[in-house]
Amino acid sequence: MSEKNRALSGKHFYSGDLACAEGALAAGCRFFAGYPITPATEIAERMARRLPQVGATYIQMEDEIASIAAVIGASYAGLKAMTATSGPGFSLMQENIGLAVMTETPCVIVDVMRGGPSTGQPTMAGQQDVMQAKWGSHGDYEIIALTPSSVQEAFDLTVEAFNYAETYRVPVMVMMDAIVGHMWEKVIIPPLEQIVIENRKKPAVPPSEYMPFKPDKDLVPPMAVFGEGYRFHATGLTHEEDGRPRTESIKVQQRLVQRLCDKIRKNSERIVKVKPMMMEDADVAVIAYGIESRAALSAVRKARNAGIKAGLLKLVTLWPFPEKQVSEIARNTKAIIMPEMNYGQMVREVERAAKNTPVIFLPKLGEEPHRPEEIFEAMKVGI
Amino acid sequence: MSGMKAVTVEKKSNLWRKPLDADKTRQLQAEITIIKDRCKGCGYCIAYCPKEVLEESEEINARGVHPPKVKDINKCAVCGYCTAICPDLAIFVKEKTEEKKEAENKK
Amino acid sequence: MVVETAHPLDVYLRETGMHHIWCTGCGNGILLNSFVTALKELELNLDKLVVVSGIGCIGRIAGYINTDSFHTTHGRPIPFAVGVKLANPELKVVVISGDGDLFAIGGNHFIHAARRNMNIQVICVNNFNYGMTGGQQGPTTPLNVSTSTTPYGNIEHPFNLVHLAAGSGAVYVARWTTLHVRRLTESIKKALQKDGFSFVEVISQCPEIYGKSTKIGLPVDFMNWFKRASEIQHFSDPAKAEITSDRIPLGEFVDIEKPTYETLLRERITQVQSKMQGGT
Repeated sequence: MSEKNRALSGKHFYSGDLACAEGALAAGCRFFAGYPITPATEIAERMARRLPQVGATYIQMEDEIASIAAVIGASYAGLKAMTATSGPGFSLMQENIGLAVMTETPCVIVDVMRGGPSTGQPTMAGQQDVMQAKWGSHGDYEIIALTPSSVQEAFDLTVEAFNYAETYRVPVMVMMDAIVGHMWEKVIIPPLEQIVIENRKKPAVPPSEYMPFKPDKDLVPPMAVFGEGYRFHATGLTHEEDGRPRTESIKVQQRLVQRLCDKIRKNSERIVKVKPMMMEDADVAVIAYGIESRAALSAVRKARNAGIKAGLLKLVTLWPFPEKQVSEIARNTKAIIMPEMNYGQMVREVERAAKNTPVIFLPKLGEEPHRPEEIFEAMKVGI
Repeated sequence: MSGMKAVTVEKKSNLWRKPLDADKTRQLQAEITIIKDRCKGCGYCIAYCPKEVLEESEEINARGVHPPKVKDINKCAVCGYCTAICPDLAIFVKEKTEEKKEAENKK
Repeated sequence: MVVETAHPLDVYLRETGMHHIWCTGCGNGILLNSFVTALKELELNLDKLVVVSGIGCIGRIAGYINTDSFHTTHGRPIPFAVGVKLANPELKVVVISGDGDLFAIGGNHFIHAARRNMNIQVICVNNFNYGMTGGQQGPTTPLNVSTSTTPYGNIEHPFNLVHLAAGSGAVYVARWTTLHVRRLTESIKKALQKDGFSFVEVISQCPEIYGKSTKIGLPVDFMNWFKRASEIQHFSDPAKAEITSDRIPLGEFVDIEKPTYETLLRERITQVQSKMQGGT
């Protein structure tokens, strides 16, 4: 099996973890470095089996910190690289996620979310890491985070994650709650020619003129990789456009940090993805993501049958947060219901964007998502 | 690094009489270049030259230290230790090329 | 600003990097000199060399050498280098970092990369303390030395890095001081040409900071300690290679052959792929 046959095109019955691994392979991932952790271990195991089949590299590193460091190294050597972990490993990776942001390294980090904090409930799902995806590392920065709600989406959004990573030279998180990670559903993998793949921009100038961190108009610099004769330097220190560290210059810090953030913020129109369902005439809206959006959809249908004009906004990108879309919904509805499998995370962003529209928050701790009835009851209150 | 001036000290030929096998032997003549403004005054080249060719100069460079100067170029055996030990790449020694020797002998 | 390329080795250094930030007499400068001399003598293809450094004064070296280079977070140059090497085995990947970066925070990565016999070369500049941050103790600080975080004297036994490297499975282990710069260059050349995990420990002076902690004096006084205490004996027992104020054992300690991770990985991939073609 060669790279050309890397996508197992056809109909399959997979878990979310498996679909995620296959999505990575289809997208062209040729390097996985990881560490076993429930409930993400299946991704590593699948990659360990499949990567050698397509002539690519799998390595189990000594810890999660080494995993993300190796992923950044592999990306700088030219490969699409990925790691997968859960809460505790995600926490360990935060420092190097900052390094990936600062050195504008394309890479994908999958967090199959379980109950936290700390060791928590390894075999029970949660949505407790969603704020950490954006704020986990120190400093001001922006990343992109996607959240699948079905096994098909686990495949599709992993491909999308690689595309975003390559296009924006940024680490992209796939935040998959453990229910989606471990549930089994039908998934259709298209033929490789039909899958849209993006690759990083290559430099258009010879090595003598190349500046590794000089952006194009879209605020993303073209990326040379090691071994092509560009002989560039990349550092986690604040740096000039030519890569050299400038730890004493206020202007350089301002320019660099602003560009790294604006790279995502100013391109957010093209990045943000939401799926509105029955929202056209909705009086009350449910905003949900991951497995909760499945329960929410049932609740919304139930509400419609009961005569309530309800709608669902499924968040697909958690970060950058779909502020515009949420604000618009808030303007057109009487109330917003938000169920989350945590004690209050994305709801804060929703409240911020919703301004004066009341937001009814439904927390849920422990393995189970909300039952549609619970969301339905909240909708009745909202009206 | 503006204003870096290389100072080259050369060894003049002292063969006032040419030996009979002068065409078969090679007289070692050294060329020591000191990039004065790179020197930080650590003193390694001066202390560890096996022939004591170098000493601290009186002048002060851009970094506020005394760079080395050549005391006696004739003693230099072009061992290259000063070149290898300098942490600042401020000094290097080369053997004078045949062309240069010829050019000087003609003067 | 006009930069005169005055020194024959300048071509191996970045114009934008120099002149380096290291103190008067700093061993890092000598290691830089030695390393680029090794590159020159080996006539390596510099387009295929990647220098990876960690955090510390020596970490700045990646910004000074004119090759592809990367300056990682503290302790992580080795796993980063592993990622680079596995992604493109044609690249020669060298890690140059300090004793704290490689053996305190980075210790775990060191032993596993050595165990796996990753085909990377690791040069550790050991100056017995954390110089960049002002002279705190490190994993190689000798007993009883007073540093900024051991004001009453260090109560920790230091690592014997040569023993640690040999025990972890490195195929080439050598230790030199910066005084022995020529032999250091030869060891670096040997490491660069050898397949497998090579480790070169460079005993280095930190006159400004460690010199102050130990009241050693001028840079030359520091070097004189190396001169006085060094003992060269090739292939002596790594377990007996501890450094004391009277004895710094130097030389090559290990030089063996072992299949590298990359070789084994390639073999396995070939096996897997041919089995698949063989038709199940």
